[in-house]
Amino acid sequence: MAAKTPSMRSLSRYLLRPQASLHPRCHAKPHSKPYSAAAAGARLNVPLEYDSTPLLHHTSKSALANPELPEHIRKGQTKRINLYTAVNEALRHALQTDERVLVFGEDIQFGGVFRCTMNLAADFGTDRVFNTPLSEQGLVGFAIGAAAEGMRPVAEVQFADYVFPAFDQIHNEAAKYRYRSGSTGVHCGGLTIRMPCGSVGHGALYHTQSPEALFTHTPGLRVVVPRSPVQAKGLLLSSIRCADPVIFMEPKILYRAAVEQVPVDAYHLPLDKAEVLKTGSDVTIVSYGTPLYTCSAAIAAAEKDFGCSVELIDLRTIYPWDRETVLNSVRKTGRAIVVHESMMNAGVGAEVAATIQEQAFLRLEAPVKRVAGWATHTGLVFEKIIIPDVTRVYDAIKKTIDY
Amino acid sequence: MPPTLVLFPGALNSEFTNTLSFLRPSKSKDAIPTYRCLNQYGEIIDKSVGADTTDQEALELYKNMVTLSIMDLLMFEAQRQGRLSFYMVSAGEEGISIGSASALHPSDVVFTQYRESGVYLQRGFTLTQFMNQLFANSSDNGLGRNMPVHYGSKELNIHTISSTLATQIPHAAGAAYALKLQNSGVVGRIGSPSASADEKEVERVAVCFFGEGAASEGDFHSALNIAATRQVPCIFICRNNGYAISTPTSDQYRGDGIAARGAGYGIDTLRVDGNDIFAVRRAVKQARRLALEDGGRPVLVECMAYRVGHHSTSDDSFAYRQKIEVEDWKRRDNPLTRLRKWMEGRGLWDDAKEKELRSSTRKEVLKAFETAEKQKKPNIKNAFTDVWEHVTEEQRAHMAEMADILQRYPKEYDLDGYEGGAKGLEELLQKK
Repeated sequence: MAAKTPSMRSLSRYLLRPQASLHPRCHAKPHSKPYSAAAAGARLNVPLEYDSTPLLHHTSKSALANPELPEHIRKGQTKRINLYTAVNEALRHALQTDERVLVFGEDIQFGGVFRCTMNLAADFGTDRVFNTPLSEQGLVGFAIGAAAEGMRPVAEVQFADYVFPAFDQIHNEAAKYRYRSGSTGVHCGGLTIRMPCGSVGHGALYHTQSPEALFTHTPGLRVVVPRSPVQAKGLLLSSIRCADPVIFMEPKILYRAAVEQVPVDAYHLPLDKAEVLKTGSDVTIVSYGTPLYTCSAAIAAAEKDFGCSVELIDLRTIYPWDRETVLNSVRKTGRAIVVHESMMNAGVGAEVAATIQEQAFLRLEAPVKRVAGWATHTGLVFEKIIIPDVTRVYDAIKKTIDY
Repeated sequence: MPPTLVLFPGALNSEFTNTLSFLRPSKSKDAIPTYRCLNQYGEIIDKSVGADTTDQEALELYKNMVTLSIMDLLMFEAQRQGRLSFYMVSAGEEGISIGSASALHPSDVVFTQYRESGVYLQRGFTLTQFMNQLFANSSDNGLGRNMPVHYGSKELNIHTISSTLATQIPHAAGAAYALKLQNSGVVGRIGSPSASADEKEVERVAVCFFGEGAASEGDFHSALNIAATRQVPCIFICRNNGYAISTPTSDQYRGDGIAARGAGYGIDTLRVDGNDIFAVRRAVKQARRLALEDGGRPVLVECMAYRVGHHSTSDDSFAYRQKIEVEDWKRRDNPLTRLRKWMEGRGLWDDAKEKELRSSTRKEVLKAFETAEKQKKPNIKNAFTDVWEHVTEEQRAHMAEMADILQRYPKEYDLDGYEGGAKGLEELLQKK
């Protein structure tokens, strides 16, 4: 059979010449482009430059200047790694230092579909790092039970889009375990549920979603979204140590795209503090995860074009969120914009905007603007007009300042 | 003393026993047998049954399997070159999808997972329709919304594919219940107005495809249970190909495959050799008869296979399985070679015909490919329509805001490749 099958090479000869027509008579060039490309004349909506973005620590010195890091870490070494490696390092440290930590999920044993669990099964054994059958409901419920008996399970759901079979377990069980157990004191606080989330440009309906707002609408959970390798490592370690169940959502486009200098040793970052990434005086932008890079690019263009000064805040923890940092900033700037990928209606932006309205109303110079996903699903070829881009954030800054 | 039947409502046929003996399936070496018609040399095993397929039908099945495998090779390569975002091949499972589809009535209602392109092909989905969906162009009936390979066809009675796993299995049970009520006349027939008078007479079944990995989801279990309690005419077809992405069946379950679960739900069950397209056809034909008996009942068919290809273009399976394992399987057996050997044995096929078929099929695929790739993307209004039956007020506001952005920042968006360009939203906004 093998000999009679046309070779891959001959089959692909046509395909390897993208401009070549199948029919010699027809010279029309295909006018469709590769599935993700910037417009030819674009100035704002150009690919994000992760190599030079101020949001990532490109030098060891900058990474170690972080005042949130403990003294001994700030005197230590760093290494340039991407976000999935940072997750891997955090899991490795947790497995090494706490025998109660378990790591499991679908396909994690060979390293996981995003490589976050590389070599962990080999190094820590399949009693502690293992594949589960394909059932989010099953594996999350399993994690809750293990946590309720004292373990520290880190369960991986392969995509945030696939967490919904486990929604009952998360919303009705993990979140309510401590409360319903009353004075028995039993809880499942050692539980961390990791999941990749967010858009990558071609994930369509089921590989794009950011369902964080659904979890922030559930009392009893903590919801964390790291923006970078440094953040991912420190926040994940804090999540695993935390005595509340944590939903840890990793923006999957950043797994490889976000590369920075990360302290080699383990450290913990706070689970209730936002971080001011850039100070400014005219408008505050509140965001988290991938859109922070979009915001940073939009801010650079807007500050240049409008001569304004924009403050950028990473919420980091979406619940509990750091109201004080956000309110202090808005009291200073008098204007606020909230940016996230998921749908606007009843999203995190609604909560942030409502809080600002309640507690900084008299200081506001303009309505709080939301730049978010539109009220629709993320259709494959429409993603670029649905997910917030640099242009929309840039325009929001302009409109908010001009209001 | 005669055995005494228990009276407990939950197990009415049970007898009392004074032997304390657990069922210990893990200690048993017995496994459900795997039905086949052809051995791996393409020889009929039971001459009295034969292939149960005419030569003409066999040639058509083979042609479709070859078409599927050539389309797979080309589209996998096209994805590698960045011409489309994603693809999934059926290598090793062509016989399951094509064989089972060939045993169904065109009016039967089908739910698939994502590795059943052969069902579409066998039912008449054209290469042009495949390519339109893969390139998400303006002729794609999914309106450019879905990832590649998420086909759907109302005409062919196949529901549109979702990426989520196992969610289609309870749908199939519910659809089968709808068909049961229509088959029996409790409810008048609801369906395609284009159906011929003959088709309108036919009793229909629902058919559901899924992998052995998906069968671990709660949806599978709930679906089989409700299908059994409501006695619905549904054929559940499991493609057990050995892997759920990287997870081997040894990490997926410890029972005797998926077939063993059928009995647990009181469902008629058969295990079949998925490399033997004749066996798959006979099994599904018989399953269809059973499913329609006495007003309806569910049937489970587990088709055994080996996933020769990577899970998808996003996967490199050599990170978790040996290349030699795959090569061995390719050499040992596969549905195309098995049928081809049979056809050669009957004098229906030879190298010259093979060469001609492959060459003409390749040309057909590439022709459809080229035409579809050149075509524009659907109008951007399709980003917002069909979320609800009617566009909501909030959606209108969102569209107006986006249309304003597109109008004020024309250079930031390249929408020339879309039908109607950047004006698509305005069309919809003007409509009352």
